[in-house]
Amino acid sequence: MAVPGHLEFFVDPSRCIGCQSCVQACSECDTHHGEAMIHLEYADRATSIQTVPVICMHCEQPTCAEVCPADAIKRTSDGVVQSARKPRCIACGNCVLACPFGVPELYNDQLLMMKCDMCYDRSSVGKKPMCATVCPSQALFFGTREEILSIRPQSMPTNRFRFGDQTITTRVNVMVPRKKPRPLLLDVTSAMNERPQNRTLRLGVVDQGEPDPFAEVKI
Amino acid sequence: MATLPTEEINTIHEYGPHRSAPIRGKTTDEPERLVKTHCCFCGQQCGIQLKVKNNTVIGLEPWEDFPFNRGMLCPKGVKRYLQGSHPDRLKTALARDPSAPGGFRPIPYAEAIEKVASEIKRIQEKYGNGAIGVLGGASLSTEKAYLLGKFARVCLKTPFIDYNGRLCMVSAGAGNKKAFGIDRVSSPWADMIGTEVIWVAGSNIAECSPITTNYIWQAREQGAKIIIQDPRITPAARTCDLYLPVKPGRDAALFAGVLNFMIEHDWIDREYIDTYTVGFERVEEYCRAWPMARTAEVTGVPERSLREAAELWGKAKTSFFLHARGIEHHSNGVDNVLGTINLVLASGRLGKPKSGYGTIVGQANGQGGREHGQKCDQLPGSRDISIPEHRKYVASVWGIDEKDMPGPGVDAYEMFRKIDKGEIKALIAMCFNPVVSLPDNTYVARALDMLELFVPIDFFLTETGRHANYVLPGSLQEEDEGTVTQVEGRVIKINRAVDCPGEARRDWIIIGDIAKALGRPKGFTFKSSREIFEELRIASKGGVADYSGITYEKIEENMGVFWPCYSHDPKTGEPIDHLGTPRIFVPGSYNPVAKGKGPFYFPDGKARFNVAEYRTPVDDASTEYPLYLTTGRVVSHYLSGTQTRRIGPLVKQYPEPRIEIHSRLAEKLGIADGDWAVCETRRGALTLRAQVVTTIRPDTIFIPYHWPGDKSANRLTVASQDPISRIPQYKVCACRVRKAEGAPAYAAVLEPQQ
Repeated sequence: MAVPGHLEFFVDPSRCIGCQSCVQACSECDTHHGEAMIHLEYADRATSIQTVPVICMHCEQPTCAEVCPADAIKRTSDGVVQSARKPRCIACGNCVLACPFGVPELYNDQLLMMKCDMCYDRSSVGKKPMCATVCPSQALFFGTREEILSIRPQSMPTNRFRFGDQTITTRVNVMVPRKKPRPLLLDVTSAMNERPQNRTLRLGVVDQGEPDPFAEVKI
Repeated sequence: MATLPTEEINTIHEYGPHRSAPIRGKTTDEPERLVKTHCCFCGQQCGIQLKVKNNTVIGLEPWEDFPFNRGMLCPKGVKRYLQGSHPDRLKTALARDPSAPGGFRPIPYAEAIEKVASEIKRIQEKYGNGAIGVLGGASLSTEKAYLLGKFARVCLKTPFIDYNGRLCMVSAGAGNKKAFGIDRVSSPWADMIGTEVIWVAGSNIAECSPITTNYIWQAREQGAKIIIQDPRITPAARTCDLYLPVKPGRDAALFAGVLNFMIEHDWIDREYIDTYTVGFERVEEYCRAWPMARTAEVTGVPERSLREAAELWGKAKTSFFLHARGIEHHSNGVDNVLGTINLVLASGRLGKPKSGYGTIVGQANGQGGREHGQKCDQLPGSRDISIPEHRKYVASVWGIDEKDMPGPGVDAYEMFRKIDKGEIKALIAMCFNPVVSLPDNTYVARALDMLELFVPIDFFLTETGRHANYVLPGSLQEEDEGTVTQVEGRVIKINRAVDCPGEARRDWIIIGDIAKALGRPKGFTFKSSREIFEELRIASKGGVADYSGITYEKIEENMGVFWPCYSHDPKTGEPIDHLGTPRIFVPGSYNPVAKGKGPFYFPDGKARFNVAEYRTPVDDASTEYPLYLTTGRVVSHYLSGTQTRRIGPLVKQYPEPRIEIHSRLAEKLGIADGDWAVCETRRGALTLRAQVVTTIRPDTIFIPYHWPGDKSANRLTVASQDPISRIPQYKVCACRVRKAEGAPAYAAVLEPQQ
């Protein structure tokens, strides 16, 4: 059993409405003991309503596996980075510290690292992962590249991310707007004035081969 | 007398709300069967499959084939299965007994029915038939809603029945009937994809109707511009194209100003207006009083944004207008609705492809529950209880003399005023928790204490149920079958997954048993929900909400049927196999009211423009109470929380209400995020934690309403009502806020959900 190669995960944080449906659905699964493996947090609730869903990005060269001293994290041939193997995991937390996306978490009560395995029990038999099935805004989408390109003409998938000198390629894609996005609405008062005063927040994109700085943040 | 039988905390200890276990069953547990049905929370009615084993719902599986939601669910849908085998579930009838722990003792079901019937007899003999009131709910199946209306008028012979849709759908319903002659959205949601502009007024879609979000996002992918009108930056507003930060209660002014600007720039369709509508001149004249500067001043929205809205809306070739309680929960709620309709009609796009208009229903059966007679002035088929021909037809279906049918009653809030005046002495309530959900609810609780008999029929003991004399154990949604009508006007089928536990009964059986014990069983001897539906089909036939062509089989084969659905061709009278009406108002379409004269449901086939007047809200901000309080939902809770405040993971997601307040205002008041703060209105005060954000107007605070007692937003709200729809003005009243001296007393005693 393997996740079919033509099925991919696409995450679009601009669609996320923070409803926690993904978290609640993920916690239904007992392969990870009813803990939600997806992280959904407000970027900064005091100043925005933006929420960010984070699933495991399933890296081609998983940093978590590279730093694991017990060789407990395996990437299967279908590109899915599996959760830590219980007999091997020593709960050292190296993976938690090393993952650039902040995905793995240590469950001290179980002396075990657990993380998203793309609902391997479902996706390896051709079903969608639970979070992507229920997501009401489809910020989490699971399907083919052709589908996403046809239904989401305003954005494009990217799967290369730069952290300092490290560039990471992942099995999971993030949707990036094709055009410069509108400034986000952060404060009601900015919309109450005759002159717009939106604070803007823009992220650069690592394009294929283009040396763009990853995160140029202007506030 | 229906005062509380014991200290409320004792009742809470015994009957909850307690939280369900955080997780039950295992995903690897093989269910015996998957039952295709719908979520019980909200008017979207997402398709869902319940996993059933040993007469217990053990989990869920998304239902990806159902066309509306294609497997998508919000957190309530994901966790709805946890309500089934909840420890608080009522499995027996209860009788008030101050000596019992919790103030109630279980009694045999048959004994409870006898007691209730003999009390009803006593009260009706002493005070007359009208001394009894019935309260229904818009989360009930259409069969139950229909049956309650019939039960009140035929069995109890009282005019006094109303339902909690009074707090929900009535402004939209009244506005739609005044403008279109029919109360339904124009088109399926899928028509949104490909439209040019979507204007959402007063609806926090992301939290109140989450599945609609994907339709809007998909429309945006195809180029639609999104306009959001709300005092808060809701999740959908965050990335919208135009955000209108309207001051609470000023919506009608906004619509008038925008329409005036459209008229001035000739961004309206005169030809459509002349052909398909009447009454535009008076609206045009009214709007003239709303130039941009005045509109901006009254609404708190800058002129640049109002102009942009007018231009986006006016110049578009296709469009959708959606609204919800944000503009409807006002003492001029019907005018607000008519204001949106004026914009829609003036645009000349209604009935054309990729264009539509509609209200987003809130309750599970917000649409079906408001069509078939549990409303005080209504009979099945969306008929009017004051119109002689309507009365005659329904009386003939019910086998009674038209003269014996009571006339119109009063709205749900007015029923409490009648209790207060001593005119109503007994109340039977199903699926309605007014002690949490009605405004100024201290008054409501006091009124309950004046009743001689209060009998709730429910599956949990609600906060209102604590005032009961007898409680009859009813059924959860998954314990019965029936139909509901969802947001698009699509009639769908709820399927039974499990049987009622213990002595709990399906609600229509309880109604039948009371009728029998009263010695008036005629018309209430149904053997199944299907039998009730078959009668409802006949009762609705010929009405505007015509269900006569719908069968359970047709619903299942077609994944829902849009009403009106005729058994006989309205044009020829010949029997037909009609598949329903997904789109109404299409130019050239035939309907039985207009008889071909036009697409709207009036004899001349034309839509009505109505002057949509702005009025300052009742209890507006003043020097004494300088801020606006507005209320609403959060995504993890539903209505008065009777169900969702018992589901552990949903409680964890949003445990207790907070006062949402802008950082600028909070700073002025010396309140930091997480501090205890006091919100006071002319009705009362609440102490809650503050949530300091920049996503709300600095002159407005928001409190969600799902909690009871010392956490109840409706302790603060004003019981002012729209003169036509009688909807309460939940969305605005004057308040003031200050930092609290310390934690409130309840914090040490109650769990978050209690």
